[in-house]
Amino acid sequence: MTTVETAVGTAKTMVLNMGPQHPSTHGVLRILLELDGETVVKAVPDLGYLHTGIEKSCEDKTYSQVITLTDRMDYLNPLGNNLVYCLAVEKLLGLEVPKRAQYIRVMMVELQRISSHLVWLGTHAIDLGAMSVFLYCFREREEILKIFELFTGQRMMTSYIRIGGLALDPPAGWRQPVERFLKMMPSRVDEYETLLTENRIWIGRTKGVGYISAEDAIALSMTGPTLRAAGVAYDNRKVFPYSSYEEFNFDVPTRTESDCYARYLVRVAEMRESLKIIRQAFGKISNEGPIKAEAPGIIPPQREKMKTEMEALIYHFKIFTEGFSPAPGEVFVTVESPRGELGCFIASDGSPKPLRVHFRGPSYINLQALPKLIEGQLIADVIACIGTIDIVLGEVDR
Amino acid sequence: MGLEIVTESSSKNANVVAECLRSWNPKAVVEVLEFRGETTVVVPRELLRATAERCREDAQLQYNLLTDATCVDRYPNEPRFEMNYHLVSIPRREKVRLRVWLGGNDAVVDSLVPVWPGANWLEREIFDLFGIRFSGHPDLRRILLPDDWEGHPLRRDYPVEGYRDVPNTGELFRKSSTP
Repeated sequence: MTTVETAVGTAKTMVLNMGPQHPSTHGVLRILLELDGETVVKAVPDLGYLHTGIEKSCEDKTYSQVITLTDRMDYLNPLGNNLVYCLAVEKLLGLEVPKRAQYIRVMMVELQRISSHLVWLGTHAIDLGAMSVFLYCFREREEILKIFELFTGQRMMTSYIRIGGLALDPPAGWRQPVERFLKMMPSRVDEYETLLTENRIWIGRTKGVGYISAEDAIALSMTGPTLRAAGVAYDNRKVFPYSSYEEFNFDVPTRTESDCYARYLVRVAEMRESLKIIRQAFGKISNEGPIKAEAPGIIPPQREKMKTEMEALIYHFKIFTEGFSPAPGEVFVTVESPRGELGCFIASDGSPKPLRVHFRGPSYINLQALPKLIEGQLIADVIACIGTIDIVLGEVDR
Repeated sequence: MGLEIVTESSSKNANVVAECLRSWNPKAVVEVLEFRGETTVVVPRELLRATAERCREDAQLQYNLLTDATCVDRYPNEPRFEMNYHLVSIPRREKVRLRVWLGGNDAVVDSLVPVWPGANWLEREIFDLFGIRFSGHPDLRRILLPDDWEGHPLRRDYPVEGYRDVPNTGELFRKSSTP
């Protein structure tokens, strides 16, 4: 890792260590800043403080066991991580998921997107001095977490999306809290906008700060709201639809200014689009129907069947002791996480354990552009720029 | 269970990519693989950077986004390392995977940083966890693990539970367990 000693400044400049415990680095990011007065000359991010070797651990797990690890990467988007992994395994197996499960997946990941954007908005605003937005955002996020708890039994590490479908049927009476949320949320988004969009301090801190051109953003492999704020309408839900997103009617908000303010506007607009998607999914989810694919040997049988059918008992035993073995080959699946393109690469060698699981974390790759955003800017803008990329260190370091 | 091995659009894309690259340089395409609707073009190691550049610049291909790069260790088979580069063409809405094979004794490949600056951290991660060297990389250092870490954990001959007897994983354990 980079040490302060190796990064000495010149006679004119000094080196300042920021992090890894700095609150506005959103986790354990460390940045070495070379400063000339208040101007950043050079920035060197230093990562790895949260490296847990998730990709290595996957080598020793069966395909179903990996799901719980995926939750723990991007901990603001556990359902999205579950989804991308399950989509990859399903592609590897050639498994078709029932429509009802697909719609529930869509609804859940869109709720997750809103909750993730709320955390982003709240923390970004608090970094720049707007305390009350944080409290409002977390108030609404709480409602989403309650819905997750109702559906999955967990508020954060849900492991709800499973290979071939979902872990559980939606609970009785699930429509009421979702409906209440859908009714409440649009006016709450307006509330945040009242606090920030026309706020002179907010505009002063974000407008024209952290500019990156669309060409540079693509060259640096940036995706998600940061790329869309540069005017490139690249959204995996539209470009490479998965989980029946092609049946949903929504827009991809873009801006062209490509500064922190534009990214703020894009994310707020995305929350409204997500509400549109949730409303449509809400209508599409039927009250009855399967939530798991028909695939004995891959999907655990129902408990009742195990008590009456010999095959079901055998399959259950085999799935939980040996696992299942997909055909040898490689797949790469991408979904749109709140932060950008989240990808999962799986290489199978035909054994019950994956040969290699790799996650393309959008936080990791977007963070690479941080020096580009802040070099030549003022030190106060560093915090705005870290916030605007919306990183989750759990995903950066994996 | 609906198994669809090759979808129509993807095999069309595979033909476009293969033809385009073959007409540019017949040696650039070793093999074209199709699996689950995904196209993989196996490229000789010497031609990787030139092929990547061609993929980005060719008006018919326009693969402008390097979305991911990763490695698979096929130990004990040789050549053991399989480098996979995932490219996306935003205007054409297509994906392709470029693949290069590297032997265990000679795990060196050209860096793609001159083509896509975004390859920088992707290659540093692979260097860190697999020990593959990228010639022409501007800043090839470990990124996730400490600088003094020994070995490359994502190699298949590195045990999942780590080594207990080497420094920096086992030192503390050994000291505390000996009387």
